Amino acid sequence: MFEFFRNLDRRWVFLAMLLAVAIPILLGARFPEDPSPMVRSVFEAIDNLPEGSRVLLALDYDPASEGELHPMAAAFTRQCALKNHKMYFMTLWPPGTVMVQKQITMLEREFPDYEYGIDYVNMGFRPGYEGPIKLIVTDLKKAIAADVQGTSLDQIPLTRDLKNIQQMDLIINVSAGYPGAKEWVLYASTPYGIPTVAGTTGVQSPLLMPYIPNQLTGMLGAIKAAAEYEQLLIDEYPQLKDNRQAQEALRRMGPQLVAHVFLIVLILIGNAIYFIERRRSR
Amino acid sequence: MNRENLIWLTLMLLGGGFLLINAGMKYSETGTVNGSVYVQEIVVEPEADAPPIVTYERTMASLRNEPGVSFSLSRTIGVWAAALCTLAVFSFLWGDNPLYKLAESVFVGVSAAYAMVVGFWTEIVQNLLGNLLPALMRQTLLPGLDTAKTTEWEYVVPLILGVMMIWRLAPSGGWIARWPLAFFIGATAGIRLISYLESDFVQQINNTILPLVVLSADRTIDIWSSVKNITIVFGVFVSLVYFFFSVEHTGTVGALARVGIWLLMITFGASFGYTVMGRVALLAARLEFIFDEWLWLIDPLQRRLGL
Amino acid sequence: MKRTVPLIIAATTGFVLIVAYFIPYTETWGETAMAWFNIIAAVAFVLGGFNLMKNQLQKISDRRPGWGYAAVTLISFVITLFVGLAKVGVTPSETYPEYPWAGAYDQEGAAFWWVYEYLFLPLSATMFAMLAFYIASAAFRAFRAKNVEAVILLITAFIVLLGRTYAGVWLTSWVDPLAAQFESPFMSQLITGLRLDRLTGTIMNVFNLAGMRAITIGIALGVASTSLKVLLGVDRSYLGSGDD
Repeated sequence: MFEFFRNLDRRWVFLAMLLAVAIPILLGARFPEDPSPMVRSVFEAIDNLPEGSRVLLALDYDPASEGELHPMAAAFTRQCALKNHKMYFMTLWPPGTVMVQKQITMLEREFPDYEYGIDYVNMGFRPGYEGPIKLIVTDLKKAIAADVQGTSLDQIPLTRDLKNIQQMDLIINVSAGYPGAKEWVLYASTPYGIPTVAGTTGVQSPLLMPYIPNQLTGMLGAIKAAAEYEQLLIDEYPQLKDNRQAQEALRRMGPQLVAHVFLIVLILIGNAIYFIERRRSR
Repeated sequence: MNRENLIWLTLMLLGGGFLLINAGMKYSETGTVNGSVYVQEIVVEPEADAPPIVTYERTMASLRNEPGVSFSLSRTIGVWAAALCTLAVFSFLWGDNPLYKLAESVFVGVSAAYAMVVGFWTEIVQNLLGNLLPALMRQTLLPGLDTAKTTEWEYVVPLILGVMMIWRLAPSGGWIARWPLAFFIGATAGIRLISYLESDFVQQINNTILPLVVLSADRTIDIWSSVKNITIVFGVFVSLVYFFFSVEHTGTVGALARVGIWLLMITFGASFGYTVMGRVALLAARLEFIFDEWLWLIDPLQRRLGL
Repeated sequence: MKRTVPLIIAATTGFVLIVAYFIPYTETWGETAMAWFNIIAAVAFVLGGFNLMKNQLQKISDRRPGWGYAAVTLISFVITLFVGLAKVGVTPSETYPEYPWAGAYDQEGAAFWWVYEYLFLPLSATMFAMLAFYIASAAFRAFRAKNVEAVILLITAFIVLLGRTYAGVWLTSWVDPLAAQFESPFMSQLITGLRLDRLTGTIMNVFNLAGMRAITIGIALGVASTSLKVLLGVDRSYLGSGDD
């Protein structure tokens, strides 16, 4: 047994990892989720806004992080639509345009009363990393002259009277890296005091903890927080209970649990081999 | 035939066999092969004299006999291409192979061109050409541009800087690209200097000024909140002591630095846990695509869109 | 000239943006600078694409090993560029139907969308999904409790890995009933906090926060000093080697 593990080809570890994730997906394993205080604070930041508030949704992620962040973005979009908030979509990542479009397609399908230009607008992508943030905090239309259809923002009812994003009641940023939540904190929320919440990848969330709660009202860190958020949304808005697409993160926690336990077992086995080898060499 | 090639061949044959059997099963259950995509035709008539605009939206395969629903060859080929790309990248786990290298090459080419196209249509057309040639843009690419908009000549500067930047590719005179690069670097340095000092230095110190004795509403000491605040303040302090290398880490300073390392190890352990969570979620998402959209193993009768 | 003018440009731009932050009268100068900044960033994408094309063409013409793959890269680059710039398959916008070139370049169903959805997306997502396997392999081969620091790191990792799933709640489900047996709020809060998911929250909100805050402060000082060095012309590395 010792020799087996000591000389184990790493491809067997890959196969075991694949099975650890694939089998729960095929079996549809689900576990209950209890929303944490941090997740509740993010939920309340959106829910406590008066109906019709202006919310900027900056979806700064790409397909590489979609598995983790799409459930968060969808949950945020659904909650804003359920609260009849006015949504302003934009992105700082080139592949983010399709991410935004997916949320808009979902809005068109699940909230057909929501009207483009009156209830939501898609301002698209702007290059420059943190440059667009630095510009839209003082002059939105200098950075974004038109929406993705090419219609001037001066002609769209939702943006006609909008000078800059200091008029936003909340910024919701879903972030996969740079530029992302940190840049929104650096250039928008800290200097201008615009309330901001973020949904981030597992890699990024420990890095953003120092900003909570003074600079960042709250944060959803990784898929676990997304699952808790979805559960909270379903608890508060029961009409979502039968909406399978509103439970994407909840479904992904099944493979998550098995993979985590598997990883712990791997570390324990690896350390057992190490200590046995060390004792034998003495 | 050596062992590696034998294993590759076995995997290919097993995989191909499975695909055939699965396709056969799906055809017998649903009347169509797995991975097929069906679309709903959407016709919009914008104005009386304008031709109708026809677009297609993805719909469930179980609705394929409904009016307006048709089989989409391009999207079906797309799903199979996406699945094969996924498997090609996963094949690297077994070992480097031509299929993976092909997928990687396609990825590099498509990514670079994607960024170029997006940058062109969003910034160069809308903000540069839209400001320099508003009349022409209004007649062609940006009909929604404000009719009162006139040429803003200040945008000649970024046009010139942009051309200078592209000049970097020229056989000679590439040094001129330093000018726009210097502008870019200088601007970045300027905005970051202020923002980092405000947000990551001053504000972080402000956030660390916490009451060490927390009183609850009834004026009694809230022990655990007090312990939490003391730990945070002490933790920030000892971690900063660890990073302060101008003083030798001996004696009291050394002891504090050691505690700082331990606290940083807790930080890194937490980061590792979160990183694992992130990576596993990405793998789960890819496998969901393979099992649901391509192989139809989770929703065999295709009665819903997506998982 | 070749090196002095860029230094002056960098310093002027940086200081204009700093001044614009503090003096409202000069805010428009800063806005103009950022508008130009964003346009140059877009041109940088174009430069990056053409640079890739140049490198791949050189690899093909020199017949360096792997030049076949360079040809594949070039072909996929040119095809994506063409379908994107020519808006192949894009229908006119509903708002402006008489303008055939005004449709959204990434419209669903168009050729550019197809390339994104069925090539870029799966390749990009799978490249990153592979990291899950490498983490597993690294955990097995490299994570060793060799000293006190490593033990602390591993124990914290275990707590977080379990605490961020239902496994942590299930394994420590005995905590809440045990805490209810204590009358003292101090003890009951202490024991309640030992449930793995709550313990994870404590680790993140207290220990991780403290460590990350120190790192953040250190990085801020580093960024500030690097930015000052660039603005004052002390750091000239972005100008290159100076051979031309």
